[in-house]
Amino acid sequence: MDAPNKHTTTSRVDLLLIADMVDPGTRVIDVGCGDGMLLEILAETRDVDARGIELSQAGVNQCVARGLSVIQGDADSDLVNYPDDAFDFAILSQTIQATHRPRHVLEELLRIGKRVIVSFPNFGNWRIRGQILLRGRMPETSNLPHKWYDTPNIHFCTIKDFLALCDDVDAKVERSLALNAHGKRLSFSAPLFLQNLIGEQAVFLLTR
Amino acid sequence: MSKTLQKKAASTSQSRLSQAVTPQSDVAHFGDDNPLVLDNGERLGSHTIAYQTYGTLNDDKSNVILVCHALTGDQHVASDNPVTGKSGWWTRMVGPGKPVDTDRFYVICVNVIGGCMGTTGPASQNPETGKPYGLEFPVITIGDMVRAQAQLLDHLGIASLFCVIGGSMGGMQVLEWAARYKERVFAAIPIACSARHTSQNIAFHEVGRQAVMADPDWCGGRYLEKGKNPHKGLAVARMAGHITYLSDEALQQKFGRNLQNRDAVTFGFDADFQVESYLRHQGMTFVERFDANSYLYMTRAMDYFDMAADHNGSLAEAFRDTETRFCVVSFTSDWLFPTEESRDIVQALNAVAANVSFVEIVSDKGHDAFLLDEPELNETISGFLGAAALKRGLVANRDGQA
Repeated sequence: MDAPNKHTTTSRVDLLLIADMVDPGTRVIDVGCGDGMLLEILAETRDVDARGIELSQAGVNQCVARGLSVIQGDADSDLVNYPDDAFDFAILSQTIQATHRPRHVLEELLRIGKRVIVSFPNFGNWRIRGQILLRGRMPETSNLPHKWYDTPNIHFCTIKDFLALCDDVDAKVERSLALNAHGKRLSFSAPLFLQNLIGEQAVFLLTR
Repeated sequence: MSKTLQKKAASTSQSRLSQAVTPQSDVAHFGDDNPLVLDNGERLGSHTIAYQTYGTLNDDKSNVILVCHALTGDQHVASDNPVTGKSGWWTRMVGPGKPVDTDRFYVICVNVIGGCMGTTGPASQNPETGKPYGLEFPVITIGDMVRAQAQLLDHLGIASLFCVIGGSMGGMQVLEWAARYKERVFAAIPIACSARHTSQNIAFHEVGRQAVMADPDWCGGRYLEKGKNPHKGLAVARMAGHITYLSDEALQQKFGRNLQNRDAVTFGFDADFQVESYLRHQGMTFVERFDANSYLYMTRAMDYFDMAADHNGSLAEAFRDTETRFCVVSFTSDWLFPTEESRDIVQALNAVAANVSFVEIVSDKGHDAFLLDEPELNETISGFLGAAALKRGLVANRDGQA
């Protein structure tokens, strides 16, 4: 579900953007919370009742020792345990590409969260397209440094792919934004094809 | 046993009996007008509850941590045990500067009802007969233990608990507290426990009880009146129990097949192996400090524990609408209360969207790990309590230090 130390390869910027979408004082779950950085930001800046699920037990133990509410669990199988509308926000940050059943996970998130925030690396980015086109090899970037055979990321998608999935599961896109390589937000007015080409990261705020 | 050892054992036994009747602890007496209503339908009239406190209660009484002791534990969690003279059973966790920081929190530990360290139990005098209760003492449950603790807290004027913490049978009490008195528990830390005693666990307890009752000195439970003590039976019970608290790996590492003060096996039934000698010692020291009938009652209370059964078969129902913050802890080598049991608790808590942390700690120490040196356990408790205290607004202690 989760790449080890995922936040060391992710800009803190996209976490701040996610935190920005979360209303203060709400009930939040971060699925695949990694080292707990987003939970910490949420606790510091949004005063939310936040908890996390993380696949790696070592990661969980570190989070709890730092005072974060985290349990060991698997996004693919364990979200079914939660009741409908359990959370105001269900967050899946840099994790959907590592799940076995992304569609199922997204549907579960939409069931347990009134609103869902998903962020993921955009596989439609021009660097990635270029690597396949020119080198004929699976892409490796600073954000996605793994070899094809040992990557935890097994279900990559582009921004357009993700929008199609949202359509399939009847999720409404309330907000979406794409970030460039420096974590800077692309202009809202940029056309979709350009966002899909230039965006390295994407963040979506969804509702049912 | 040598003469001096016998003497020491006799004096410790004497001390055990006196602790049951006149404990070196704070006590609260409840009269017939304030009975304890038990799960079996009976009412325990006049009774006593013995407890220890550590630290200072703050002005709004919001810094109370209740520590629940395990099967053979007692209220002396962080102070010397008056029977054995040894230091408290959880000084690794409770004390000044420890994870359960007595500089910051007011810690209460209560000898459970049915126990033998001053709270009314089978070794106490039955006011109706003037003799020790023995088996006339009603069979008590984990729920009864918790209700007795609540009665004491009412008596002390403490309305709510910042945290309830405990391992094993203590963990069961934590769960019971969180289910029965939701509004009184801000945070709960059940460690190495389960929401129901399994068939295997009941089986081990039955072995222990049968060992006690098979000892002729048990006298049908009336050994105190007859000046006897079923120490052989209780020692065997403890030996069997003790094995379940350890792990195969820990025993192998500690003893292997090492021989006890000899170069070869004796082709006899002496304690040839170190592990045998160790177990015999465990059994022997235990009988000096624990009442045999209490052991029967404690084990029975655990056997009867099944929270889901008390809530129409749904463990989640037990926790519905809870606002308590939970931190569930298990250990990898604990085969008495394996991680799966803790996971069931976590799953039930998730089903009601409770705020829960769950840590499984890698350890080869078995069930007893919660009592032993496990730095990760201390870090977990420290981190969880620190964050919970922040949420509760317990930022500074009375000296203004964080």
